[in-house]
Amino acid sequence: MNLKRRYMRDRLMLILIVLASLVVLTPLLIVLWYVASQGISALNIDFFTKDLGSPTRAQFGQATGLAQAIAGTFVIDMTALLMAVPVGIGAGMMLAEYKEHPLNPLLRVLNDTMNGMPAILKGLLIFTLVVRPSGTFSGFAGSLALGIVMLPIIARATEGALTLVPWSIREAGLALGLPRWRVILAAVLPVARPGLVTGVLIAFARAAGEAAPLLLTSLGNNFLPRNPWNPLEYLTKAADTLPQRLYSLAVSPYQQWHAMGWAAGIILLLLVIVVFLVGRWLTRRNH
Amino acid sequence: MPETATKPRIRMETKAITVDYGNGRGVRNVSLEFEDRKVNALIGPSGCGKTTFLRALNRMHDLMRGVKVTGQALLDGDDIYAPGVDPVTVRRRIGMVFQKPTPFPTMSIFDNVVAGLKLVGIRDRDQLNQIAERSLRQAALWGEVSDRLKSPASRLSGGQQQRLSIARALAVEPDVLLMDEPTSSLDPAATRRIEELVGTLKEDVTIIIVTHNMQQAARISDVTSFFLDGEVIESGATDRMFTNPSDERTEQYVTGRFG
Amino acid sequence: MARAGNKAQATARTCKEPDLRLTTRTGGRIGDKAFLTILTIFGLSVVAIAVLMAWTLGRDATEPIQRFGFFGFLTGTRWDPVSGNFGAWPFVLGTLVTSVAALALSFLPALGLAILSAEYAPKWIATIVDYIVDLLAAIPSVVLGIWGILVLAPTLRDNVYRPIYEWAATNAPSQVGWLGNPTGYGLVTATLVLALMIVPYTTALARDAIRLVPSEQREAAWGLGATRWEVLRMAVLPYARGGIAAGAVLSFGRALGETMAVAMLIGNSSRLPLTLFGPASSMPSVIVNEFREAVDALHLSSLMAIGFYLFIISLVVNLGAAWIQRRLVPGNAGL
Repeated sequence: MNLKRRYMRDRLMLILIVLASLVVLTPLLIVLWYVASQGISALNIDFFTKDLGSPTRAQFGQATGLAQAIAGTFVIDMTALLMAVPVGIGAGMMLAEYKEHPLNPLLRVLNDTMNGMPAILKGLLIFTLVVRPSGTFSGFAGSLALGIVMLPIIARATEGALTLVPWSIREAGLALGLPRWRVILAAVLPVARPGLVTGVLIAFARAAGEAAPLLLTSLGNNFLPRNPWNPLEYLTKAADTLPQRLYSLAVSPYQQWHAMGWAAGIILLLLVIVVFLVGRWLTRRNH
Repeated sequence: MPETATKPRIRMETKAITVDYGNGRGVRNVSLEFEDRKVNALIGPSGCGKTTFLRALNRMHDLMRGVKVTGQALLDGDDIYAPGVDPVTVRRRIGMVFQKPTPFPTMSIFDNVVAGLKLVGIRDRDQLNQIAERSLRQAALWGEVSDRLKSPASRLSGGQQQRLSIARALAVEPDVLLMDEPTSSLDPAATRRIEELVGTLKEDVTIIIVTHNMQQAARISDVTSFFLDGEVIESGATDRMFTNPSDERTEQYVTGRFG
Repeated sequence: MARAGNKAQATARTCKEPDLRLTTRTGGRIGDKAFLTILTIFGLSVVAIAVLMAWTLGRDATEPIQRFGFFGFLTGTRWDPVSGNFGAWPFVLGTLVTSVAALALSFLPALGLAILSAEYAPKWIATIVDYIVDLLAAIPSVVLGIWGILVLAPTLRDNVYRPIYEWAATNAPSQVGWLGNPTGYGLVTATLVLALMIVPYTTALARDAIRLVPSEQREAAWGLGATRWEVLRMAVLPYARGGIAAGAVLSFGRALGETMAVAMLIGNSSRLPLTLFGPASSMPSVIVNEFREAVDALHLSSLMAIGFYLFIISLVVNLGAAWIQRRLVPGNAGL
């Protein structure tokens, strides 16, 4: 095959590769554009301060918003985080620092398996274990489900961050006469902190965007609780969250609700983007 | 036509080749001549530019950003750096064998050998078989692999893999073969086999070999060039270079005072 | 065992890391024990959750499986809550069709992105591309879903499905049945969005695998006189094929379990998906859709059973990805 044809094929492949990339990148930009432009009009004070109520409110132009979803998301996601972080970091430490422990191979396989499990199955698990026996959908059940979503991500990120810490740091700690557990907590952990925090942030962002497990556990609620400032109100009863509410709004037939759905999309996207950038910034400092 | 005394034919020649990495670690102003079908060794302490110079001879620096090559490198009188010269063609005529044996691990032995041939469009089965056998014989590997040409190349030993790399380079019939410390990752037995191989290969190709082992240079080369800090200090017939060098630094190096 | 030339590597393999079990004082030893106990509890929690998942899903699935048979339930073509007849095949088929099609659609663009980032683009473009791909992975499914439901589906319906359907209605009426009702919500729309969603998984793994190809391999190809694409085709992509394949399998696994965007776009019919444009369902989507209305115990446990089968399929695919990565990566056992 002569040289000219080879070079032409070279050029052709480059063009195809660039085209293929554009095929992916363009829809992404289109989606971002739509969310921003369609949702911005619904982002007013009411959006953050009023709850949803029945469809007639929106249809008749009365004040309505997604305060209950925003509050619910905050309470449920934070509770999930509080539960998942210690267990996740602990499991990750187990994997990274106690490689000789017999539990380790099983833990690693199962953690990776859980990581790849569809989130809806985690919702089903909590539905069976918590919702059914207790007879009620609740925010806390939602927290449990989201916690299970976060857990393997945190564990894996923790293991990764700890493994990256050079061995010399552990040796230095041991040489100082520190027992193993203090070496880990006082010497290794601080070095791994940026990676750990990034892992937690990524887990949080992933879980914050999940709707399926919440549809099966916290179900949803159109109203703010009687005392909107009491977290327990969200945890003990069916509660609303942004991703689950976005779904309901999108599949509803009401145009005003569609607009609020887009606005909820803006909030979720901002959340994801902020977490993403903070995570990048943290790990860049690590160099 | 009366037979005149044959002047040594210069196959490759460089004129003031300078490779600039931007941090002062390249080579400066190297002008060398490489005779046809001789083994030319480039020796010198590590990091002093031998490999950098070698890679300039087949335009491997084209692939790196921020590296500037100036000067001329003439193959049979034509400058490979002249504008309009295609580097891909240059690399077919000037082949290279690297320090680490690099067979393509997902390919069989046979496919490795003929990899370069398929690039230029030779697809005829008989032709490929023929060239493969010839190249493997040239690389002294045929006897060991002729019965398992289709097995993965990764199953070979290090020395065999290096001979496979040589066979692969020879298959496209280059005029010049550049060898960058080809035995430094091999054990002594494999090293010896490759050294013997070089002795027979020079009947077919001009060889330019970089080595950090000066005893190896003394054993196998006809001409030796001594590099130091990016410049050629001295160059000449190997015997003379090792027994009676002109420059004091050369003498210090070959007698082991430094390096 | 070590091949000649790999001596350094062999030494590294036999050098073990120092044994940290040697602690100093008793005070330290108590602390160590307590710490390890805590960590073990956390580790066991993870194990427990995984085991619980398998157990509860399996347990809840027993009734329908006993009723209809393990494969009977899977391949039953009628899902009828009214008559109490539950066969999951419409949803299995929907899941398989959308996932396979999404993988097929997304694979080459995803690979192209990986090659662009790892091989062709200068560093700053590659960084931007990587950021965008990671961003794509981070977008919540419901956000893509709302865009799909309110923008993409109507657009496709008006500009693609309807015109094709109407053309077929006049020119090839025999094909209309196979085309189905072009509402915009069906297999095609769901597959398109699904394909977009799973790109990052293939791209990330392929990109890493390509970056890991040793430079000597590329140089060997360059040295033979190969053009840029030929270097890729001959030396880089084959070497990276383990990571690339693992990425594809991982993408497939994600597609299988993807719930929200699919539920919003697939039309949600419990009949066998035999038409191109008509409504369908997937295993996760039917769970989400029928969950609240499933009052009848058999209905609910049938949905659970679908979850159980989804669990098994997901498990197999994930393990497959890990296995592929082990087998196809040069340097690991096997190659």
